[in-house]
Amino acid sequence: MSAGVDLHSPRLTIPVSERDHVIGPETAPVTMVEYGDYECPYCGAAHPSVKAVQGALGDKLRFAFRHFPLSTIHTHALPAAEAAEAAGAQGAFWEMHDLLFANQHSLEPEQLLVYADMLGLEVERFATELRAHVHEPRVREDFTSGIRSGVNGTPTFFVNGVRHNGGYDPDSLLEAIREAV
Amino acid sequence: MPDYPDGALQAGTPAPDFELHSTPDQFVSRADFKGSPLILAFYPADWSPVCTDQMALYNEILPEFQRLGAKLAGISVDSAWCHIAFAKDRNLHFPLLADFHPKGEVAKRYGVYDENIGMAERALFVLDGEGVIAWSYVSPIGVNPGADGILTALEAMSSAEVPA
Repeated sequence: MSAGVDLHSPRLTIPVSERDHVIGPETAPVTMVEYGDYECPYCGAAHPSVKAVQGALGDKLRFAFRHFPLSTIHTHALPAAEAAEAAGAQGAFWEMHDLLFANQHSLEPEQLLVYADMLGLEVERFATELRAHVHEPRVREDFTSGIRSGVNGTPTFFVNGVRHNGGYDPDSLLEAIREAV
Repeated sequence: MPDYPDGALQAGTPAPDFELHSTPDQFVSRADFKGSPLILAFYPADWSPVCTDQMALYNEILPEFQRLGAKLAGISVDSAWCHIAFAKDRNLHFPLLADFHPKGEVAKRYGVYDENIGMAERALFVLDGEGVIAWSYVSPIGVNPGADGILTALEAMSSAEVPA
């Protein structure tokens, strides 16, 4: 019955595609996926590492972020993920993503609206989508894909489809990438 | 002294009975879960970081477990009082059972008690509605085993129930 389940070296079950928020060319030799939670302090710590890796690899890296909010311990994580998606619907996913990680302790609903305004988004539309939870199914979809890929906590990184089990400082991530290519 | 298994009980083995405190004045037994699949998640201790992630994760996936008709219980050697504080702090929505007295007795019956540390191993069992073990897995103590194996076992079980 355990056939087909490899709990030690899990692989990404849903490959990166048009549905994902991606930075970097499709033809890049390295694809790194992060499953993260905007209220998780470890994800906050990993955020500059990702930036450093992106800086080091440039066009050789395609980076995708998927949501994995542990909402029963991080009560702001789900609304924050929905806010990133609502900003994404107006073409500003990554700008909101950066703002949320920069303000992990300020993720109250009214603060999310301030961020939308700072980014020059249509705040009314943004607020309506958050209230109606328009983007919640998308966030849940990310979460479920994470569960089925062996995401057991955050942040979890996949390098070319294989779960990275080491640390998430820039050197550890770069090392995992070097081994993968 | 009863005979305890050498390692974790494997698929196909009838699951040993248990009756454990879920709160200081309530007991839960294996029979209470009869008729639906049961996930037993043995873990070393309340409050330690990896367990916390693991239980938080299961809390999050609870609706998915329920969709597959399964119930979930966590088991450690902590007392019912400790479990109450832990569950309240982490907002857990499933029972934590106290394998507290005699210490680790149920973990021993399932073959997942670590004598060296005096705690349960990080072990997962999925029982079918008849109380037979359908899947079991022991994770290295510091490694969160996640939920993928559990979901795969539950799905295999529900597809096996569909008549051919």
